[in-house]
Amino acid sequence: MHPVLKTVLQRLGLGLLTLFVVSVVIFASLEMLPGGFAEAILGQGATPETVAAFNHQVGLDRPATVRYLEWIWNILHGDFGYSYAGLGGNIKRSVSELIAPRLYNTFFLAIMTAVVAVPLSLFLGIMAALYRNSWYDRIVNTITLTTIATPEFFIAYLLMFFFAIKHRWFYSLSTVSENTPLLEHMYRAALPALTLTLVIVAHMMRMTRASLINLLASPYMEMAQLKGVPRREAIVKHALPNAWAPIATVIAFNLAYLVVGVVVVEVVYVYPGIGQLMVDSVSSRDMPVVQACALIFAATYILLNLSADIVSIVTNPRLLHPK
Amino acid sequence: MTAQAPDLRSVRARRSLWQNVRRTLATAPISAWFGMIVIVVYVTAAIFAPWLAPYGESEVVGRAYQPSSEQFWLGTDQIGRDLFSRLIYGARNTIGIAFVTTMLSFAIGGTLGVLTALKRGWLDQAVSRIVDAFLAIPVLIFALMLLAVFGKHILNLILILALLDSTRVFRLARATALNVVVMDYVEAAKLRGEGNRWIIFKEVLPNILPPLITEFGLRFCFVFLTIAALSFLGVGIQPPTADWGSMVAESKTLITFPVRTFPYIPAPFYPALAIALLTVGINFVVDWFLHKTSGLRDEK
Amino acid sequence: MKSDTQHDTQRVKGADLLQIRGLKIEGNSDGVWHPIVKGVDLTLKRGEVLGLIGESGAGKSTIGLAAMGFARPGCRIVDGTIMFDGIDLRTASEAEKRKLWGARIAYVAQSAAAAFNPAHKLIDQTIETAVRDGIRTKDQAVADSIDLYRRLQLPNPDHIGDRYPHQVSGGQLQRAMTAMAMSCRPDLIIFDEPTTALDVTTQVEVLAAMRNIVEQFHTAAIYITHDLAVVAQMADRIMVLRHGLEVEEAPTREMLKEPKKDYTKTLWAVRSLAKDESISDDVTLSIRNVDASYSGVVKVLDNVTVSLPRGRTVAVVGESGSGKSTLARAITGLLPPSKGEILFNGKALPKALKDRDKDTLRRIQMIYQSADTSLNPKQTIRDIIGRPLEFYHGVHGAARDRRVAELLDSIELNENYIDRLPTELSGGQKQRISIARALAAQPDIIICDEVTSALDQIVQEEILTLLMKLQKDTNVSYLFITHDIATVRAISDEIVVMHRGKVVQQGPKSQVLNPPHPAYTELLLSSVPQMDPDWLTNLLAARAEAKAKV
Repeated sequence: MHPVLKTVLQRLGLGLLTLFVVSVVIFASLEMLPGGFAEAILGQGATPETVAAFNHQVGLDRPATVRYLEWIWNILHGDFGYSYAGLGGNIKRSVSELIAPRLYNTFFLAIMTAVVAVPLSLFLGIMAALYRNSWYDRIVNTITLTTIATPEFFIAYLLMFFFAIKHRWFYSLSTVSENTPLLEHMYRAALPALTLTLVIVAHMMRMTRASLINLLASPYMEMAQLKGVPRREAIVKHALPNAWAPIATVIAFNLAYLVVGVVVVEVVYVYPGIGQLMVDSVSSRDMPVVQACALIFAATYILLNLSADIVSIVTNPRLLHPK
Repeated sequence: MTAQAPDLRSVRARRSLWQNVRRTLATAPISAWFGMIVIVVYVTAAIFAPWLAPYGESEVVGRAYQPSSEQFWLGTDQIGRDLFSRLIYGARNTIGIAFVTTMLSFAIGGTLGVLTALKRGWLDQAVSRIVDAFLAIPVLIFALMLLAVFGKHILNLILILALLDSTRVFRLARATALNVVVMDYVEAAKLRGEGNRWIIFKEVLPNILPPLITEFGLRFCFVFLTIAALSFLGVGIQPPTADWGSMVAESKTLITFPVRTFPYIPAPFYPALAIALLTVGINFVVDWFLHKTSGLRDEK
Repeated sequence: MKSDTQHDTQRVKGADLLQIRGLKIEGNSDGVWHPIVKGVDLTLKRGEVLGLIGESGAGKSTIGLAAMGFARPGCRIVDGTIMFDGIDLRTASEAEKRKLWGARIAYVAQSAAAAFNPAHKLIDQTIETAVRDGIRTKDQAVADSIDLYRRLQLPNPDHIGDRYPHQVSGGQLQRAMTAMAMSCRPDLIIFDEPTTALDVTTQVEVLAAMRNIVEQFHTAAIYITHDLAVVAQMADRIMVLRHGLEVEEAPTREMLKEPKKDYTKTLWAVRSLAKDESISDDVTLSIRNVDASYSGVVKVLDNVTVSLPRGRTVAVVGESGSGKSTLARAITGLLPPSKGEILFNGKALPKALKDRDKDTLRRIQMIYQSADTSLNPKQTIRDIIGRPLEFYHGVHGAARDRRVAELLDSIELNENYIDRLPTELSGGQKQRISIARALAAQPDIIICDEVTSALDQIVQEEILTLLMKLQKDTNVSYLFITHDIATVRAISDEIVVMHRGKVVQQGPKSQVLNPPHPAYTELLLSSVPQMDPDWLTNLLAARAEAKAKV
């Protein structure tokens, strides 16, 4: 088998294994509570009968392995079970139905951010690396360091304050529904997207700068220079073919970071995404929803890192052209 | 390399530790000075909070939402507590909890990291695989989930975050220790017949301390920001404990009434600014420290 | 090639090609600029090869690059003129210099593995400048490269260019880089330590190929190295550098026959040492039929038998991958042998380190190649030398400090060094501390693993002399692992030659170094460059003759 294919398959296998382990961890978290989840949620005063009734109602009275297999089987078919929130009443609320529109909103926000942030930060990072130690580089370094160290909600409120309250250019709350037209959706999501962009760009351009400087310092770049290759051509011809792996890693890392960043930003702007849903469900201890959200976040995270690794493997000349 | 023969038996005078510290500080850039001053102020505020704060932590001293005045420098919050006092107590709580968490995280992750690097073998394999799985889930998401299971209690918060963060510390400690463990002087110690304790504490630890200290600064910032975010989301530190993250959340409605507080800064910005200032300060110091210790970090 | 004959007529030796006057270069460390090159003059005629030789820190590579008008990041040319064929390289614009680089001045780097771009085929990198500058069309350039590969005696010259850098060996890569430099038929090539990273047997082929092609195309060259014997084969003239200044300059033969400056003689200091051989049957360590492997599959040691007499030195010599360092690991118990046994003072030595008692451990000590990594940078000299005293002999406090001072004295260092950290010492001083640490244990055997390889010649000589003195005083045995034949000659009583995990030969020094040799010993010994400008020529002739006979 070709080494590239072999390594890619190995990496895919590892990714699947990680996904499996993560799903077990997420599932098992519910089992780790001493005294059981039912007691924790119903309180110390709960009678054994009510505990048993609760456990029976949510299916916690069956063996864990059976429940895990059922859970994962259903998830593979797009069914995340039922929310605890509707258990008392007559309407059973399907987690999938709860999540679907919000997942769309979150991806909408993430993609909107990525489309701006990725090219922008690559450009800024490349400039900082090429003009290293210049004033531009130093100023950008200080600004990005400050941005990285600032909590997302602070940036979010600052932007909200200036763009929605001082100047009423945008809405302070990003309420959207399924019926919101696309352009209106974009307009309403602009401030959260801007917040995320600021955070991501700071991270991403620093990483781009660092890995590019690393690349430009390699002996073959000096050799290219001493062969009389002009700088621009050397970068395109000699640096770029070796840059895909670091670039992919930077992009994947930051998109993964985006996944976490949306949680806080969605709460600030009351944007109906999956992050906000997760926070609400954590407060009400609605475990099926929490687990579903956690799994989706983790899976996205793992898949992004996996794709970066695969890009690195596929562009590695040592693997492409084995001995 | 200079000529050996003449200076073989001559010795230069050494600088004392204090002279070295002063020389180092003299070359610190403005940003690092700014960071160090911020850290000192914060630590002072955290330690001497009861003496510095004009009012008690959760003492209701007036009407709700009062504007800033001689009496209440930054005004009062939604149930009439003095914002300035809560800000100072917040330093103690927020920094204290983050510090304890980071210490715990380093105790677990650091010890395991160095130990596995030294011993390798099945323990290393097992711990590394488990840590890899943990690293595959973002900390905030994992923390949210575990808090949902275990309940929103400060002790839970500390334990959960310390455990999750220790996986990151483990990775770094193991990687740095691995670089040291392969050094000939460690092999020389093994050949001498030294035990694990000597090798860890006398040979390995002194050499991985600088990167670990740097990492401590960064991990502290990360933990601190995560706690702030969790508190802001309402699942971290719970009222009535004063804490900057939850203070932002509590006063967020005030953002639309900018004129009410002095000097026209909306109330939620004070705690948010307090958080940002500290993490920015620490980052500046760490950034300087990194350049200092690794010299040409960017160039090579 | 026909087009080259016309070129050749223009390149008559005589006209000045490169003139450097009063060159001063500074380097930056920690924000402070300090001088690296302190005013060097240099003239190179067309078709002439100048050897630049010096030890670490002499500034030879910096001068080599400056001859192209180039300074590495962190360096700056502060004074002097660099005239290349009427062009002032100090005032020339970046664009003007780029036109020269690759086309008229080419560079061959020390590590070809790092200097070739891993993402492109060798042929594409070889022809890059020639095609880009319009000197040849792509087809012509490819044909020319294949011709160059053939002239450089690369195997399979028609197709080797289709390979990627990581697919060929180090020696081949270095020749491919020479082809790349030659591709535009430059007037000047800078060779920057091109064979330093290679094993001696590989070095011979690469040196021969380089010299051959430079002669064929009548190219001027600056050949930079720290090895005088190597440069003697390559250069018409040699310039000796030290601390950024010229020591002396002379035609090669003259320089070797009668150097004017004492410093120049120290460049072959180790070669002037030769220990009187002394044979003994009193064996202290006996390695019998030992096999060892890392993965359990490939044997790194294959049926190795070596014996070490008391108070004598056995040199283990071999190239990289010969298993000589693995032998040390097997003896110390870091890599327990999978077969065979090791007898120490007549008793079987437990195979694994953890099974050995403290006294056994004390009796076998080790010194490493790099004192930078073998001394803990966070421990003072007191701790480093004092620890074995405490650990093995239970000597503490003032008594320990007195003993440390004695040991420092025995390695010819001032006792005031006791509170120093290793980072405050020079390379030679650090290696002395390593020796003192080993001596502190009062061992029977010291295993020396390439202990002088990282040091300059004069320091090597001092360390070797010290080791011999200590052996006389303490009757310690040395197992001396090295790849350098001059060191072997300087220190050993007996020699073990290793190749691919096997012992090729063991015997007294006089026997191993003199013919008749087993084939590999012959190859190894004959490949070691000699201080004779005709050595390479004679060697090639002899090898060709031997080949013809077969």
